[in-house]
Amino acid sequence: MDALVLQLLNGLDKGGAYALIALGLTLIFGTLGVVNFAHGALFMLGAFCAVAMKQLLTLSKLVKDESITFFDAFKEEPYLKIWFGDTGAIIIDYAVPISILLAIPVMLLIGLALERGLIRFFYKRTHAEQILVTFGMAIVLQEIVKAMFGANPVPMPPPEIFAGSADIGSFLGLGNSVVYPWWRLVYLGFAGIVIAGVFSFLQFTTFGMVVRAGMQDRETVGLLGIDIERRFTIVFGLAAVVSGLAGVMYTPIVPPDYHMGMDFLVLSFVVVVVGGMGSLTGAVAAGFLLGILQSFASMNEITSILPGIDQIIIFLVAVVILLVRPRGLMGRKGVMES
Amino acid sequence: MITATPRNDLLLMVFFAIAILTMPIWLSPIGAAYPDLLQRFAIYGIFAIGFNLLFGLTGYLSFGHAAFLGVGSYTAVWSFKLLSMSVVPAVLFGVITSGLFAVVIGYISLRRSGIYFSILTLAFAQMSYNLAYSVLTPITNGETGLQLAQEDPRVFDNLFGTAMESGSGIPPTNLFGLEMSGYSGFYFCAVLMIIGFYISMRITRSPFGMMLKAVKSNQNRMSYTGLNTRPYTLAAFVISGMYAGLAGSLLAVTDPLAGAERMQWTASGEVVLMTILGGVGTLMGPVIGAGVIKYFENIFSAFNDDALHEIFSFLPDVLQDGVVAVVGLFVGEGWHLTLGALFVIVVVFLPGGIMEGIGRLSRVFSQKKTIEPTVKTRAQPGE
Repeated sequence: MDALVLQLLNGLDKGGAYALIALGLTLIFGTLGVVNFAHGALFMLGAFCAVAMKQLLTLSKLVKDESITFFDAFKEEPYLKIWFGDTGAIIIDYAVPISILLAIPVMLLIGLALERGLIRFFYKRTHAEQILVTFGMAIVLQEIVKAMFGANPVPMPPPEIFAGSADIGSFLGLGNSVVYPWWRLVYLGFAGIVIAGVFSFLQFTTFGMVVRAGMQDRETVGLLGIDIERRFTIVFGLAAVVSGLAGVMYTPIVPPDYHMGMDFLVLSFVVVVVGGMGSLTGAVAAGFLLGILQSFASMNEITSILPGIDQIIIFLVAVVILLVRPRGLMGRKGVMES
Repeated sequence: MITATPRNDLLLMVFFAIAILTMPIWLSPIGAAYPDLLQRFAIYGIFAIGFNLLFGLTGYLSFGHAAFLGVGSYTAVWSFKLLSMSVVPAVLFGVITSGLFAVVIGYISLRRSGIYFSILTLAFAQMSYNLAYSVLTPITNGETGLQLAQEDPRVFDNLFGTAMESGSGIPPTNLFGLEMSGYSGFYFCAVLMIIGFYISMRITRSPFGMMLKAVKSNQNRMSYTGLNTRPYTLAAFVISGMYAGLAGSLLAVTDPLAGAERMQWTASGEVVLMTILGGVGTLMGPVIGAGVIKYFENIFSAFNDDALHEIFSFLPDVLQDGVVAVVGLFVGEGWHLTLGALFVIVVVFLPGGIMEGIGRLSRVFSQKKTIEPTVKTRAQPGE
């Protein structure tokens, strides 16, 4: 039972990341009709926004180390600490959440630039060509990050109060054997908030209404005198922000490296396809579903019966679903059917 | 454009064979005429020719072809270990096993088309990659990669007494006694590539090839005429997978070692790029694309900052550091950046690849006086 609860949490956590990336992918696909293979790279860029912010906050200068008295020792002291004392130290401690402030404008800009500069030329071209050009773009982004931040994973500790583990077991009355890292709970909550935010944005604002209408029938919306292209460009920026934020908050869970995007891209594409191309709820549901399945499959009891199942479960599920339900779990009719 | 008459095909074939076999001569001025690189030209040429048979003719974009390359490699190494150091069984088994793999994967994946097909093949390739790293370690030897060992059984070699006397190290791979390293290895690969090229040409010109092109231009219409396209696409997929298996086993022939990283999806991406760069659906394109990429990979990744400083030493110092810093991003470790940028540029500006570029250039030079055609047709690869 304890193990089950733990794996469920693990799955929800992973599923949160999958769902966020898949949500962005589906949004782009549903509005612009573009298959974006660079979406994993956007996730990775988000993560490196956090790294950049951390580096910015901990810009240091050498000061004399007072604690060593018998020779002149120097240590690096961040400017923030020198200027603001303890407040500065707290700011540095909260580097990851603060990076969200950096990530939103940066990712929005990158998203808009990508759409205006490259992807808009590909609306009329085949899906194969869209895949190819965004795949190339993903390599470029990945290599730029590698040149800037190096090839090794960068450890990003969460803020200190979230560093420990939560005793969920006694909270749920299961005894104290179920402990779970605080930050992962934070991530789960964060994913929920972002998903809810995107959905309510699309559901309750005029902008969202226009976008939804455009997803249904962009021609008619255009005929009503609405510049739907422009809205869709903004949607692309929004999708970039969503996956960027997913990347920022994921950094304390897995130290970011330059190819993390590719690993997530493959999985989140599978998620999108399982959920149904162009279906937002499908993407979110499939994200959590596959995340949970994956973590259950990695339990010892299961891997001892079916060794290796944890490695392939997602792909296996995808293959089965695609063959049984060709449009995915909640795919709309007429999407991606030539 | 040269029309495809049997005579022209024969000419092309002869020209191609001569060009490939004389590569050690005409590539030496650009410093590419050493066996190791030449072998890779031929092997990846085969890989790209095979990939083009699927993508170029049917339009099905597979993102999982590296899986077949990996399967071919593993099978070949196992054949060296268990049967004989002769390359004949290794190549045969490599092709057959990857063909069988392709039948299974293709049968399932080809039930869907378009992006779903790409994702399915990608999923299968990732599955094989993950399995090769984890559960299948007894077969694949995991991260270390599968290697030959002194105490391997090599049943046939021992049976016929062709085995080296013990204590002389691991015997080299051979073709009826001819050692498969250096130039002989290259010529072996080159001959297979020429055969592969000939087969691909015959397929392209055959009624079967026409059927595949018809699938590419409009699959629905094909279905409406009452034709079941799946056997045709499956056949193309399997043939293409066998080419990949051949390439994989040749990789093992020239260097008897197989690792799972050959199956990673970036490797699949590489063969896609080779085909695109050369020209999708053309005969020569994929070979040229593979050659260009392997050549530049070799040249570019060898550069380091010192070499760059030497090249740009004619510039004033201030400028020199700047230029070296910028160029340095693209060479050496950053070779993949060049690759990615090339990918984007080719897809954006030259969807038909190098072959289209050559076509355009020759039209500029040859048709200056003729009237430009009024209807500008978009270049459609493979048609």
